Amino acid sequence: MTIDLFLQHLANGISLGSLYALIAIGYTMVYGILRLINFAHGDIFMMATYFAFFGVITFGLPWYISFPIVLLLTALLGMTVELVAYRPLRDAPKISILISAIGASFLLENLAIVLFGGVPKPFPTPEIFTDVIRVGSVSIQKLTFYIPAVAIICLTFLLYLVNKTKTGMAMRAVSKDHETARVMGVNVDRIILVTFGLGSFLAAVGGIMWGLKFPQIAPLMGVIPGLKCFIAAVIGGIGNIKGAVIGGFILGIGEILLIAFLPNLTGYRDAFAFILLIVILLYKPTGIMGEKLTEKV
Amino acid sequence: MRQRDRILTLIAFLLLIGFIYFAEGFLDIYIVRVLNVCAIYAILGMSMNLINGFTGLFSLGHAGFMAVGAYTTALLTMSPAVKEQIFYMTPLIKPLDAIMAPFPIALILGGILAAFVGYLIGAPALRLKGDYLAIATLGFAEIIRVIFTNTQSITNGALGLKGIPAVTNLWWSFGGMILTAVVLLSLINSSYGRAFKAIREDEIAAESMGIDLAKHKNLSFVTGAFFAGIGGGLLGNLLGTIDPKMFSFMFTFNILLIIVLGGMGSITGSIISAFIVTIAQEVLRFLDETMNLGFIVIKGKVGMRAVVFSALLMIVVLFYRHGLMGTTEFSWERFLNWKPPFYRFGKGTIKGCKNS
Amino acid sequence: MPILELNQITMQFGGLTAVKDFDMEINPGEIVGLIGPNGAGKTTVFNMITGVYKPTRGAIIFRDKDITGLRPDLITKLGIARTFQNIRLFKGLSVMENVLIANHLHIKAGFMEAIAKLPRYRAEEKAMIAKSTALLERVGLKDNLNDPAGSLPYGLQRRLEIARALATSPKLMLLDEPAAGMNPKEAEDLTRFIKEIRDEFDLTIFLIEHHMDVVMNISQRIYVLDYGVAIAGGSPAEIQSNQRVIEAYLGVEEDVNH
Repeated sequence: MTIDLFLQHLANGISLGSLYALIAIGYTMVYGILRLINFAHGDIFMMATYFAFFGVITFGLPWYISFPIVLLLTALLGMTVELVAYRPLRDAPKISILISAIGASFLLENLAIVLFGGVPKPFPTPEIFTDVIRVGSVSIQKLTFYIPAVAIICLTFLLYLVNKTKTGMAMRAVSKDHETARVMGVNVDRIILVTFGLGSFLAAVGGIMWGLKFPQIAPLMGVIPGLKCFIAAVIGGIGNIKGAVIGGFILGIGEILLIAFLPNLTGYRDAFAFILLIVILLYKPTGIMGEKLTEKV
Repeated sequence: MRQRDRILTLIAFLLLIGFIYFAEGFLDIYIVRVLNVCAIYAILGMSMNLINGFTGLFSLGHAGFMAVGAYTTALLTMSPAVKEQIFYMTPLIKPLDAIMAPFPIALILGGILAAFVGYLIGAPALRLKGDYLAIATLGFAEIIRVIFTNTQSITNGALGLKGIPAVTNLWWSFGGMILTAVVLLSLINSSYGRAFKAIREDEIAAESMGIDLAKHKNLSFVTGAFFAGIGGGLLGNLLGTIDPKMFSFMFTFNILLIIVLGGMGSITGSIISAFIVTIAQEVLRFLDETMNLGFIVIKGKVGMRAVVFSALLMIVVLFYRHGLMGTTEFSWERFLNWKPPFYRFGKGTIKGCKNS
Repeated sequence: MPILELNQITMQFGGLTAVKDFDMEINPGEIVGLIGPNGAGKTTVFNMITGVYKPTRGAIIFRDKDITGLRPDLITKLGIARTFQNIRLFKGLSVMENVLIANHLHIKAGFMEAIAKLPRYRAEEKAMIAKSTALLERVGLKDNLNDPAGSLPYGLQRRLEIARALATSPKLMLLDEPAAGMNPKEAEDLTRFIKEIRDEFDLTIFLIEHHMDVVMNISQRIYVLDYGVAIAGGSPAEIQSNQRVIEAYLGVEEDVNH
């Protein structure tokens, strides 16, 4: 393998990793605050790509108008899921909430099949993103650079929000202990809603860029990326935003390099993430950045 | 009292035998097929309920065990000629290409192999709890599916197996269902079954009562996997074709719907709900098809049925968490003094998993 | 020859030392108390003895056997049973089932034997039910055999937890605040009850208790923990007059808790 080719793979890995990271953040935030796998997160990501499709292709809006609308709509969708599927079960046993989460996920997928049809649709790809530039002898889509850049911007914004603002402080409080946060005057339900909104917003950013990179969208497209990004969040240490980003990159880059170096194993591409998950869970269940939890007896 | 119950059970059993005899001989082939599927789903539901509802282990790997059972049984019952014909891309490895076994033996081997896979998965995965266990078992099931898609020389890869002899009939499926119910009811009413329930209620207390958590979780998991394998085997030899796509998470989800609706922690609940869900799925088929009501044509939408089912699952979990039976079992006493089923509406909690 | 011996056991959680170099021993048939202010590390000591936590350092010797870091179920099988501070019954199961579950460790019949209900299993099950019924009758729960454990009044839940622990046939019983939440009358009954079961079941008892009446009345010896360190040990009279114990409970100048 030439160095050029390797660099191209690496660039690909980084941009895939950035996408995983953006989606993984949504999982990790919701998990941090509710101790819940938001199974519907991958489907919210899928919905975002359809919103973009309708904005640009059906309504003919320019991308710079429709994409921001998509982000808002997706955030609203995420909040709706929280209101309908999770909030009524706040005090229910965990298994009920998980089943509700799975139900919400399947409902979104099947609604998408009914409303948008099962046949894949093309994703609008404005030229500004798909232009090719040449670095040395390698030609790379501009998008490959835009994706990590956007991811970094989002992450900076998010870390600022979580660490420096009042809402962020409330979020951190809620993730430690709902009751105490409530006693301290935090509106817990509102904070949870905001968390879902933010996570879904980032999923929409990921979704749009995913669509630009792999310009074909389908109702079940969110399932595998959803699972993988949850895995990325676990690898990084679930509940930890930086961990989710690290996990996303490990998974994205690992996956691309696996295919590049061991093309025989391409069929096992999707299994790679699960194997990694199981190894991590068995040897370091709290992930790379996670805190150790001891059960109180 | 017990005398009465025994007689009632015997009568019900004889009626069932009479019904199967009648159904096999006279009923429409489509209805017979649906009934077969009902009974097989009941086996799958009961086996998953043992793991999730009785032992409180939130496992989402059931489709993987079914796949192992289905492929094993199918490969052992297909004739060498059929195997040679369908493995045209990559030939089947020796000695599988020539081996054949009678259906019951193939079924049991399928169950045993599924149980063995359950053991291999359970040994590491059962150290995890709650949603970590859920996602790990889901991962294992996906890995099984990916392996089956890629090992062409054993499973015929994505093409799947065709021409599996359609041996499964109502005698097999209902027989399997009754046998599974009897074994599992006996298990959960034994000391081991109580140990499972103790683990579901409070792991730390169970361990401090001298219950070896790893051993009992594995027992439950392996037993569940065994019956899932049997169910898978029956299904493959009913449908005649199987492929890896069939055993996706969607399948596990269907079984999950059955056990939640029937009641997490109720064997008989799973049977009742397997029939309700399977028949409802057939009845609601019209949602996917275009209907002509004479004066108006309603255009069906492919996928509408799945929407209804997803919504149904959510409604059950949101408003009716106990399911039909909660953690209780069918009894003649209750049946004879039957009250409208909604009197428990919304009270209490599921016993399936700890709230931790 | 002590039945239980703790040698310099230490438990650290991250940077926090919950228990430091704790030494003690209990002789067969004794009732020994463990007291100390909230957060002193008392329950942590129980959790180390019963295997819930593995001590960072030190050794735990039970009947001449080193049990340090053994799994909780194995420790129970060796003869140490416990109750919990915040009552951990199997709430959804019946009173009878709760006690039967504690008998499970005595079952010799295998898994398949139990499913097939073979003679050996049947005999064991029958004996187990007879034994549990007698035990529940003894502790005053014979009218509640089929009630869900979670539906019992608080005092009876405590009793059931003790009965459940007894069913494992322990040599040493650890009681974590058995009198918590009881009025003086109930606490007095409990004190008598604990002494009775000690004699009837040939037990050694180690208990954590905040009710000073109970602990002073019942214990032959008492250990006092403060911030994870043993600050005193001796007879109830010695403990009551120990200056450091009084300080630990009343605080020096600040922080009056009790």
